[in-house]
Amino acid sequence: MAEPTRPAEPIIEVRDLHKHYPLTRGIVFRKQVGAVRAVDGVDLDLCAGETLGVVGESGCGKSTLAKLLVNLERPTSGAIRYKGEDITRLSARALRAVRRNIQIVFQDPYTSLNPRMTVGDIVGEPFEIHPEAAPKGDRRRRVRELLDVVGLDPAYVNRYPHQFSGGQRQRIGIARGLALRPEVIVADEPVSALDVSVQAQVVNLLERLQQDFGLGYVFIAHDLSIVRHISDRIAVMYLGRIVETGREAEICDHPTHPYTQALLSAVPVPDPSARGRGPAWDGGGDEGHGGGAGNGGGGGRIILSGDVPSPADIPSGCRFRTRCWKARERCAGEEPHLAVPEPFRDVRGPARHDSACHFAEVRRVVPGGGRRAAE
Amino acid sequence: MPEAPYGDGPAIAPAGGGGAMDLATAEGGTLEQAPAPAGPSGPGPAGRPRSLWSDAWHDLRRNPVFVVAALVILFLFAISVWPQLIAPGNPLDCDLARAQQGSRAGHPFGFDGQGCDVYTRTVHGARTSVTVGVCATLGVALLGSALGGFAGFLGGVPDALLSRLTDVFFAIPVVLGGLVLLSVVTSDTVWPVIGFMLLLGWPQVSRIARGSVIAAKQNDYVQAARALGASPARLLLKHVMPNAVAPVIVVATIALGTYVSLEATLSYLGVGLRPPTVSWGIDISAASPYIRNAPHMLLWPAGALAVTVLAFIMLGDAVRDALDPKLR
Amino acid sequence: MSTGPSTGIGTGPNNGPKTGTPPGGAGVPGGEPGAPAPSGGALRSGGPLLEVRDLRVEFRTRDGVARAVDGVSWSVAPGETLAVLGESGSGKSVTAQAAMGILDTPPGRITGGEILFRGRDLLKLREDERRRIRGARMAMIFQDALSSLNPVLTVGDQLGEMFTVHRGMSRRGARAKAVELMERVRIPAARERVGQYPHQFSGGMRQRIMIAMALSLEPDLIIADEPTTALDVTVQAQVMDLLAELRRELGMGLVLITHDLGVVADVADRIAVMYAGRIVETAPVHDLYKAPAHPYTRGLLDSIPRPDRKDADLYAISGLPPNPVAVPPGCAFHPRCPMARDVCRTGEPELSRVSAERESACFFWRECLRG
Repeated sequence: MAEPTRPAEPIIEVRDLHKHYPLTRGIVFRKQVGAVRAVDGVDLDLCAGETLGVVGESGCGKSTLAKLLVNLERPTSGAIRYKGEDITRLSARALRAVRRNIQIVFQDPYTSLNPRMTVGDIVGEPFEIHPEAAPKGDRRRRVRELLDVVGLDPAYVNRYPHQFSGGQRQRIGIARGLALRPEVIVADEPVSALDVSVQAQVVNLLERLQQDFGLGYVFIAHDLSIVRHISDRIAVMYLGRIVETGREAEICDHPTHPYTQALLSAVPVPDPSARGRGPAWDGGGDEGHGGGAGNGGGGGRIILSGDVPSPADIPSGCRFRTRCWKARERCAGEEPHLAVPEPFRDVRGPARHDSACHFAEVRRVVPGGGRRAAE
Repeated sequence: MPEAPYGDGPAIAPAGGGGAMDLATAEGGTLEQAPAPAGPSGPGPAGRPRSLWSDAWHDLRRNPVFVVAALVILFLFAISVWPQLIAPGNPLDCDLARAQQGSRAGHPFGFDGQGCDVYTRTVHGARTSVTVGVCATLGVALLGSALGGFAGFLGGVPDALLSRLTDVFFAIPVVLGGLVLLSVVTSDTVWPVIGFMLLLGWPQVSRIARGSVIAAKQNDYVQAARALGASPARLLLKHVMPNAVAPVIVVATIALGTYVSLEATLSYLGVGLRPPTVSWGIDISAASPYIRNAPHMLLWPAGALAVTVLAFIMLGDAVRDALDPKLR
Repeated sequence: MSTGPSTGIGTGPNNGPKTGTPPGGAGVPGGEPGAPAPSGGALRSGGPLLEVRDLRVEFRTRDGVARAVDGVSWSVAPGETLAVLGESGSGKSVTAQAAMGILDTPPGRITGGEILFRGRDLLKLREDERRRIRGARMAMIFQDALSSLNPVLTVGDQLGEMFTVHRGMSRRGARAKAVELMERVRIPAARERVGQYPHQFSGGMRQRIMIAMALSLEPDLIIADEPTTALDVTVQAQVMDLLAELRRELGMGLVLITHDLGVVADVADRIAVMYAGRIVETAPVHDLYKAPAHPYTRGLLDSIPRPDRKDADLYAISGLPPNPVAVPPGCAFHPRCPMARDVCRTGEPELSRVSAERESACFFWRECLRG
């Protein structure tokens, strides 16, 4: 990571994290025939009180990353350090203490709450697991307080989850995550299952809680528009790796990795006047490369061709090359590292951030593909 | 193609006037303050908790199939505990002189081959059938769900071992197994029969329990509890099991009916219960040679058996429908 | 394209080198796509292709009767794209299912209204007559492509089935048709992949296969119910583009059911916004985005994150969508509406004309338009 000006000591440091799921064949005599490389060498830092957005398409490993961060999965290799201590190798007892400080909010508010428990039991469960967090007589009051904090009527404690709508359930899940006063909340697509009109409510709630409690967020999503709204820094993930990372403005206004550019340009913008955007073959797009790569270049909308390759069969070299319009021979042979690309090493300004591309170049992409007035 | 020109028009002005943004300034505006939660279940009476179980009960009470089945079963339980209530006679009080006679006053079902009163024997036989059915079901449900539940929860080697073991048991033909195993037992009680049912019945429940535990285990709420640091015991007892028992209950209810009829089958084959015991199976077995000239001897115990089995299967069906959230 | 020679259907400009689609043969966009289906003889009567009039659908639930669709009217003309926008529970999908004749009854029940396809009321037709229209004249695309495809049949068999069953073609001919369809929806290496099973395709490719299936009998109208919701963002754009292009090439009507304002802005001509079983606003898409005439639409538009307002709170419509069995009296949106006044709590606003092509069901649409 070549970011020189990091304001504070990171609270979570992820180093060279790998999670491979073995693919086996045979029932009695299992032999490994391959591996799904869900997370394949990830480095991340999170500082206290900041929001790190992680964006990527399905299958890029972002949900596995979330589970690794909260220790629901053990990594194949690599380290996750919380305040300098590697939490992937802790004893069960030590892990319990760490868990108080790193909590998770899930995507699906319908499966993340136990249907047989009342709201009061769900939000109060953290106190039962960690009795030291709240004296017994105080728990009911704390639960009501938590419900109030997330904007639910505390009178609902005796109700069951199925009596609530999706947005309300997500608030219950957030209250549960908040109960132990964690320092970090990993939010795995927390609003993508919600109705449009409710998404904004939950995003605002998360932002307010961050201010009130000084929370650090790892906000995982596939939707760049919300990530960019909520994040201080953004990491773009593709097939188990981070391909570009930097501050929000660096990533969104000066993306240098073609995948980030494509993601940005795919964000649908509610503005029909952005229509009529065309292929704009004016840059980069060297025909015949990369076997049917999509179009690109210029300021037009980038529509990638094809789908994400399977994480069980990752392309050699740069993993994005099969969908990249810039791909050359070098991309197949040599894997680009996540670092400030050469052209930007000696410049100052927002283009100077980590990007794993051999041919990184700044391209301003306007979501939806309309062309912004030239700089 | 005469396409519209590419989007190199002027810069895109975000749609919507900025004025409306001000509407959101009040903090309260971001909170959901609807007094009653929305959702398919709608608002119940204020504050009253409604669980899936109470929802299921609400459904069941309105289901005529359930009501009829439950009444039949209640009646059966009552006469197994207090057969004297409706059949004060002694089922072993037989008189060969009355053998195979038809119905007459005081003996509405007539007499069997030994001259015993069919009505009294049918009523008293309920106790054996219900005992066998209930004990075998309880045992099978407890044993099967404990084994299957743990295997599903732990996964890995214990799970693989148990799965293979259940496969072995599934391969044993029930009736043949009964003939072989029970023929070596000499006991006048119902326990060998129940033991046999336990032996062959648990794999079925264990397989169901394993499947539903594995399904429940993958729910995010189990993951959420793990992320909070919950112990495996807590995960299993508080989060997994309560959400995995419904299919087991359903299978067990239906299995109860089959155990009652299996007891009759085994008794008919001569390896189940033996004569001093009063049971429908024994009576059916004893009556079958005379089906032509004295069908009433077979009709009543067989009819009681059929009604009982049907009642339990109907009950199981109704419970399954009521517990299945997809049918809501 | 059972008869026309130009079956390849040229690719649009932004699809140049993407696939191995045979070049040339592009019909005039919006014009006649070769010979139409035999049944489509009486073409373009000038009126709307599909018209829904005052449709009412009820669902019986444990808690009472839910009026899922409560007097909805819209129409779509040949070659036009109508977007029906709404949140879950707004009745948008139920309307589509009713129009398509695939509504589950019970629990659903159509209690009133008409669904006119080229002037014939589909609700008055016999089931077998309806079936003939379904698939051949109007087709539907669903959100979940994986569960809509049969996992044990190859893609080629499933695509070819349309031709062997409906057109009595030979297996070999049907196979060729299947390859042709796959090429039309720009599936690379169609000839090789026609023998593969659905699970061997990625999500985006499966949705293309669903589109190919819907296109197979050259319907006049396609109803697409959240066709891209289950897809990744970079794939969504591909599929929406494909749909828009095919509509242009084949001159079909397209009804797009969605909750995504961005998708709508991309392809729709006209838009009908639904809330609690009713249409609250209809407008040409440009007008709507420029100045919504209903506070609900305005709230939806304003709640989209905007890069230039990063530090401000997102605008959020307060409250929740109503419970369908207990829709608030008066204007259903009034509990959540920042503009609500007393009259909104009692009076039910009818759709009123805003301009020649616009309607709004808000008493105060003038104020709303002003912003």
